Amino acid sequence: MLRLEAVSKTYRVGTFGGRELVAVKEVSLEVRPGQVLSLIGESGSGKSTIGRMILRLTRVSGGRITFDGVDIAGFKGKQLRAYYRGVQGVFQDPFSSYNPIFKADRALELVRETYFPRLGGSRWRDKVEASLAAVRLDPGQVLGRYPHQLSGGQLQRLLVARALLLDIRLLVADEIISMLDASTRIDVLNLLGDLKARGLGILFITHDLSLGNYLSDQAVILRQGVVVEEGPTERVFGQPRHPYTRTLLASVPRLDRKWQRNGHPVRESAGEGG
Amino acid sequence: MSLKVDNLKVWYRTLRGDVRALDGVTFGVADGELVGLVGESGCGKSTLGKSLIRLDGRMRHVDGTVELDGKELPIGDDAAMNRFRFKEVSIIPQYAMSAMNPTRRIGKLAAELLESRGVRPAGVREELLRRLELVGLAPEVLDRYPIELSGGMRQRMVMVLSTLLNPSLLIADEVTSALDVSTQKAVAETLVDFRDRDYVKSTIFITHDLSLVYQIADSVVVMYAGRLAEKAPTDALVASPRHPYTRMLLAALPEVGVRYGARRLAGIPGSPPSLLDPPKGCRFRDRCPLAFDRCATQPPLTEVAPDHHVACWKAS
Repeated sequence: MLRLEAVSKTYRVGTFGGRELVAVKEVSLEVRPGQVLSLIGESGSGKSTIGRMILRLTRVSGGRITFDGVDIAGFKGKQLRAYYRGVQGVFQDPFSSYNPIFKADRALELVRETYFPRLGGSRWRDKVEASLAAVRLDPGQVLGRYPHQLSGGQLQRLLVARALLLDIRLLVADEIISMLDASTRIDVLNLLGDLKARGLGILFITHDLSLGNYLSDQAVILRQGVVVEEGPTERVFGQPRHPYTRTLLASVPRLDRKWQRNGHPVRESAGEGG
Repeated sequence: MSLKVDNLKVWYRTLRGDVRALDGVTFGVADGELVGLVGESGCGKSTLGKSLIRLDGRMRHVDGTVELDGKELPIGDDAAMNRFRFKEVSIIPQYAMSAMNPTRRIGKLAAELLESRGVRPAGVREELLRRLELVGLAPEVLDRYPIELSGGMRQRMVMVLSTLLNPSLLIADEVTSALDVSTQKAVAETLVDFRDRDYVKSTIFITHDLSLVYQIADSVVVMYAGRLAEKAPTDALVASPRHPYTRMLLAALPEVGVRYGARRLAGIPGSPPSLLDPPKGCRFRDRCPLAFDRCATQPPLTEVAPDHHVACWKAS
């Protein structure tokens, strides 16, 4: 369904744009319907850049991204709108995704104006209720409320509901539960699991390995823009082959085993970039 | 017992009334103990950390006492607290990466900080250099401006500065939440290292991440809606949690080995009560599957096993 073929992104940096910074280097991957692909990496790995390129928020510098075999780079006007009917994104911070001076359900109204201008009032209401039901939100609790009156989990689910209004086939979920509390983040994860069962393809971007593991079928480990390891999630987590994946997995705090203490561990990471 | 907090109440003044962010908290921290303080956003964990060192303008000390090494901390008196700050109680703030004055070279900033507390910088310079080396920073960082250092380096610099005068109590407020997993591990282990080397006597490590606490803390305090739910030695808390909230919180954590297809985890339905006008009795009552009529009265914090304290009628 969605395919990345040797996709790269380079930025010009330095005072006169004289130097190049490679954010993403020749990344290839594919998301199929009903499949969750986890894109896992630390800060600066290029994972969010990939999500932004898929959503056409950032231009591709090399390679190509295709949706159902068609290169998305050329989409304009009607074609682009059709693309966005099928592909939507939800991001990390639910609180800044809403305009605080409008009611939260305006996010849904805007979808109606752009994509369903001719749909009748009652049919639109049915559609809204169906997508709120899909994310297990009670319409009475969220409609007509302001963003500050809702919890982070509710706001995030409302954004997923907004994406579902469009009958999407692919969801780009960029760190969508990192800012949620432990007691609610699992609900959003389970919601993604339900949507996956209904045939939705999900690109799940995260820095948290345990979250990447819970849901996904395929896992891709990124480091500084390069794919270091990929494969079925169980294999990547169960028998990691790349030393970087092994280091990452060993650093994840877990409740079933404690870290190996090794002298002065701080020195190992003394040179990381900010 | 180096720190004793007794029935501490600190409320926020707002236009709509008092927000009871910290509403009667009692616990102790022993010499050399590293306590993990966990809870969800809005449970009062950061308020507790701040209360032990500096109340901001909106915070009001309503009731209760704090004792450090046998002396009472005048937490409600901003000027009187100055004597204790940095020397006795120190904090690594949540915003540690941007805590340093950007207009000063780090060496100058450190010297000014020390002079403001009446300490001669030359007297501790050697110790400063030794500790920089310990956390993997070269002495040259003292000639740099904060902006020239990476986020992780700045974090470590602030950790060294905060603990330079060997405080009795160190408060580390969400110091790892903005970091990548490998850096997070290094920073967490540095906290243990500082304790092992007696740079700090006791540490309160505030975080929302229970699995991180499990790695480094000796004991864990779980807070809910401004009150203590449970306090226990780390292994006991993880292996046999007694408060329903702690149990549900642990059950909601996706672990590296757990997969959606094999085992579906469940969250905790509902959300914490408003602290503007909190309900009477146990504050977890509305979300608790075990709640019964007795929960209308607040359960006291009782010791159910050695050092294992729980505030729940069903647990005692």
